[in-house]
Amino acid sequence: IHFVLSISRQGKVRLTKWYSPYSQKERSKVIRELSGMILTRGPKLCNFVEWRGFKVVYKRYAGLYFCMCINQEDNELEILEIIQYFVETLNRYFGNVCELDLIFHFHKTYYILDEILIAGELQESSQNTVHRLIDAQDSLVEAAKEEENTVSYIIAQVAN
Amino acid sequence: MGSQGGFGQSKEFLDLVKSIGETRSKSEEDRIVLHEIETLKRRINEPDTPKRKMKEYIIRLVYIEMLGHDASFGYIHAVKMTHDDSLLLKRTGYLAVTLFLNEDHDLIILIVNTIQKDLKSDNFLVVCAALNACCKLINEETIPAVIQQVVELLAHPKEAVRKKAVMALHSFHQRSPSSVNHLVSNFRKVGALWLYGFSTCVVKLSDNDPGVMGATLCPLYDLITIDVNLYKDLVGSFVNILKQVAERRLPKSYEYHQTPAPFIQIKLLKIMALLGSGDKKSSEQMYTVIGDIMRKSDTVSNIGNAVLFECICCISSIQPSPKLLETAADAIAKFLKSDSHNLRYMGINALGRLIQISPGIAEQHQLAVIDCLEDPDDTLKRKTFELLYKMTKSSNVEVIVDRMIDYMISINDSHYKTETASRCVELAEQFAPSNHWFIQIMNKVFQHAGDLVNPKVAHNLMRLIAEGFGEDDDAADSQLRSSAVESYLKIVDEPKLPSAFLQVICWVLGEYGTADGKYSASYISGKLCDVAEAHSSDDIVKAYAVTALMKVYCFEKAAGRKMSLLPECQSLLEELSASHSSDLQQRAYEFQSILSLDANAIEDIMPLDASCEDIEIDKSLSFLNNYVHNSLEQGAEPYIPENERSGTLNISNIRNHNPYEHPTHSLRFEAYEVPKPAVPTNLPPTLTYPTELVPAPIPEPSYQPTLTSGPVSDADSGSTELRLRLDGVQKKWGKPAYSSAASSSTSNFDSHRTSVNGATQLDNVISKSHEPREPQIEVSEEKQKLAASLFGGRTARSERKQSGGAAGYSKVSRTTNHGDDKVQPTIVTATVQPPPPDLLDLGEPTGPSSSYSSTVDPFTQLEGLLDLSKDDSAVTTTSNGPDLTAVYTTASTNGQNQNPNPLINEKDNMNGAPNPSNRTASLTKGPSLKDALDKDTLVRQMGVNPTSQNPSLFSDLLG
Repeated sequence: IHFVLSISRQGKVRLTKWYSPYSQKERSKVIRELSGMILTRGPKLCNFVEWRGFKVVYKRYAGLYFCMCINQEDNELEILEIIQYFVETLNRYFGNVCELDLIFHFHKTYYILDEILIAGELQESSQNTVHRLIDAQDSLVEAAKEEENTVSYIIAQVAN
Repeated sequence: MGSQGGFGQSKEFLDLVKSIGETRSKSEEDRIVLHEIETLKRRINEPDTPKRKMKEYIIRLVYIEMLGHDASFGYIHAVKMTHDDSLLLKRTGYLAVTLFLNEDHDLIILIVNTIQKDLKSDNFLVVCAALNACCKLINEETIPAVIQQVVELLAHPKEAVRKKAVMALHSFHQRSPSSVNHLVSNFRKVGALWLYGFSTCVVKLSDNDPGVMGATLCPLYDLITIDVNLYKDLVGSFVNILKQVAERRLPKSYEYHQTPAPFIQIKLLKIMALLGSGDKKSSEQMYTVIGDIMRKSDTVSNIGNAVLFECICCISSIQPSPKLLETAADAIAKFLKSDSHNLRYMGINALGRLIQISPGIAEQHQLAVIDCLEDPDDTLKRKTFELLYKMTKSSNVEVIVDRMIDYMISINDSHYKTETASRCVELAEQFAPSNHWFIQIMNKVFQHAGDLVNPKVAHNLMRLIAEGFGEDDDAADSQLRSSAVESYLKIVDEPKLPSAFLQVICWVLGEYGTADGKYSASYISGKLCDVAEAHSSDDIVKAYAVTALMKVYCFEKAAGRKMSLLPECQSLLEELSASHSSDLQQRAYEFQSILSLDANAIEDIMPLDASCEDIEIDKSLSFLNNYVHNSLEQGAEPYIPENERSGTLNISNIRNHNPYEHPTHSLRFEAYEVPKPAVPTNLPPTLTYPTELVPAPIPEPSYQPTLTSGPVSDADSGSTELRLRLDGVQKKWGKPAYSSAASSSTSNFDSHRTSVNGATQLDNVISKSHEPREPQIEVSEEKQKLAASLFGGRTARSERKQSGGAAGYSKVSRTTNHGDDKVQPTIVTATVQPPPPDLLDLGEPTGPSSSYSSTVDPFTQLEGLLDLSKDDSAVTTTSNGPDLTAVYTTASTNGQNQNPNPLINEKDNMNGAPNPSNRTASLTKGPSLKDALDKDTLVRQMGVNPTSQNPSLFSDLLG
């Protein structure tokens, strides 16, 4: 997988993750080209487009398109299912995930993506494991935050 | 939001996101982002920014970068954040740097140290974060700094860490295979250990987590791609694993849509495809398991089809097994008959793979293929053309290439236009039924995609026209030439012809325009002048045109006919002699000096139709020995080869070695022009040669060798190179290797018809597979014809084959397969349903399942925690739940998104009410109204109102 994109129906970018090196300029060009190509496709057409010798697999969820770019010889259906798997994972994490969740929690979306894909390869195909890891991180972060709060609270107390 | 409570960000950031969400144009968005960049630049550099604030800034930077703007001013702060001790900040820092930096960024060096430190951390989450960063950021130079630690982490007690360590090594390997090479054995060991352990169910090894196994397959796949032979001994293990996966022995959590660990299956099948390719022994081990999987995979879900497709790929790659091929063909038939475009696409794709080993299978799908060809979906169409390209042969080349050209004309994307054009050319060169057709096709290709095709193609075309097609049939050759000339004269007036095509036209017109006497020289030269005029900005075309004019003139004169130069030709020459391009100037002057010569001299310079004559080359320039000797005796300096020469160059030196400096000027190469002797040109007159050594005027932009009586190394290298290429073409061009059936489409049509409708007793399979499409057969005569012309040749052949007795067998096996397909799924689900950890436990009591069931696992403890919090949240939600839901249930009747509910405005009252652990509570999946409502409230509190502009923001993605 060369990159993962998520674009809204209006062509707004919701998520980008690049596994192959692209300069910022190329990136915007890629996004422009792809959104022009994908957003105009009809609903019943197939979920794959060929693009610059690569294939882009996309899937639409409500108003949001998830796209992944793969090599010519890769298995498109598999990638389609990886997208589905990713969205299901998001759904489980956010609980009935909607586009707004991704907009305001894009960093969390990135963390989840990092648990599923690494260096452009699928690293974990069990939702449970992904969730355990994410929850572990969250609870740690939570603990850290509480600690920080208490420390600052104590400091504040002392200062007073 | 998870457990962090609300949105966890400041109002400011939410406002930013919101305002960008509400923009209606890109420029508006840009304006807001630029403003934000200004703010951040100022704020981020303020001293003593609190860390939490800084974290938010970094996240805002990520946001900006995501929107495609440059956030490089803040990179350094993201790097600093990775140094922080708190995991919270560190994680944000790592996230930001992995998104910001490429592996070759300068700042990487500042992170390596942190990564090293973090890899040693006691907290496995820190290690995971560091490994994540490794995958993205460690480049070839920095691999040595961390690789040792990463390797040690392969034995980490946490499987998440082991998994990421494997992936990190994998990414190192991709970056720089050499630096990981000494670890290959290590990989093998890990992989082999795992495989061994898994396949025997003996749990002695350290690693028994399926996630790690799945991850290990990635690097193994890469390694096997590099050298298959090293891993042949693993075939058995892979087969074993795949078998166990298919038998659902992996933990239930790896099931995806009722398919057991499909991603692992697919990866394994990919690996097996590599290992079994061309290896009979290995392949045989795989047959059973692949057959099993294909039988078991359900064809309803996408993922089942993905596995099925991978099986087909694997079958087409390993040593073919007739039985599996049959199953694969059945699967393809199902794909192609599906209504889903995706599946049809996969079907075409699979057919393209399978057709290479079993060319016969295409014809039973012919109508499906043609449907795909005419589908409005461009992707599907394109894939179908790829399939057609693979199955082209001499009997169907005309139809296919015609279609491809139509398609090529219709598309705009230059990448695919180029590809289609070069495929057309390739097919035309390989299978052309007649020369005339070939020329026509080339004309079309050039006309519509001339600038996109390889210049070599133009040269090949010229050469083909010049040399004929390898048969010693002069009449055919000249007929070809005149048909080419004729078609070019028709085309040449069209506007906007690509440059490469014009070059070909000019060259052919110059060379053969007057050869058959059909067109007068003045007519041809008039056309050529028009070309030069119409394309006044293209020097190369002009040069070709002038040279062609010169040839036309020379041939006329040499033939003894009177030839006066057209006035427009005259003016063209004048214009060109003052041209900025020295090449054009030279050509013009040469032409002018030729004008003054008599017929005999001209015939020597420009022999008629001499473009294919071989040129003898005297590389040692022995004919100059006398001259050199004389000069040396008269005190001239001896020649010093270029590499021994230091500074001063004299003229003769330049002339001597110049050819070597431009030996590969392939585009300008015109071999036949070299040998002509004797034209006084603008060359320095000081050198006096014997008559046969008179310098030749060669219209080349580069320096031309003056000391030639033919031999020019330029011509040498060029001509051999081109000649070689031509040889290849000639071979391809000879009689087609086999021409199975008569190529007339109507006759094929007939034979096809009998095979479909008539011969049921012979060919049950085909007629059966066509049953659903039967009505279409009657309706679309045209389509059928097309099918016949595409597939016809093969129909005849397969008919023969099946009458040979295979039909009965295949029929039986197919029907049984169909039966199986219907029965199997229920059986499978019934028998394999119980979760299989006990199967894994066969060996010792400390089996792998312990990590899933025993209380030692910290994860389960965590889960326990979650359960607790779930209970908590249940309490809290009920405490403030009812009134909320009450309000919203009334609201929802009016359309809950638009309702101007008074509650929404009471932001402050409500803030913080929705408990963070709401989210954890919602882990119980499924659409829940209350959940949606909660979220809606939450969002409204943040001041984001669903506008009519984009209500879909609120709709559940999976809804």
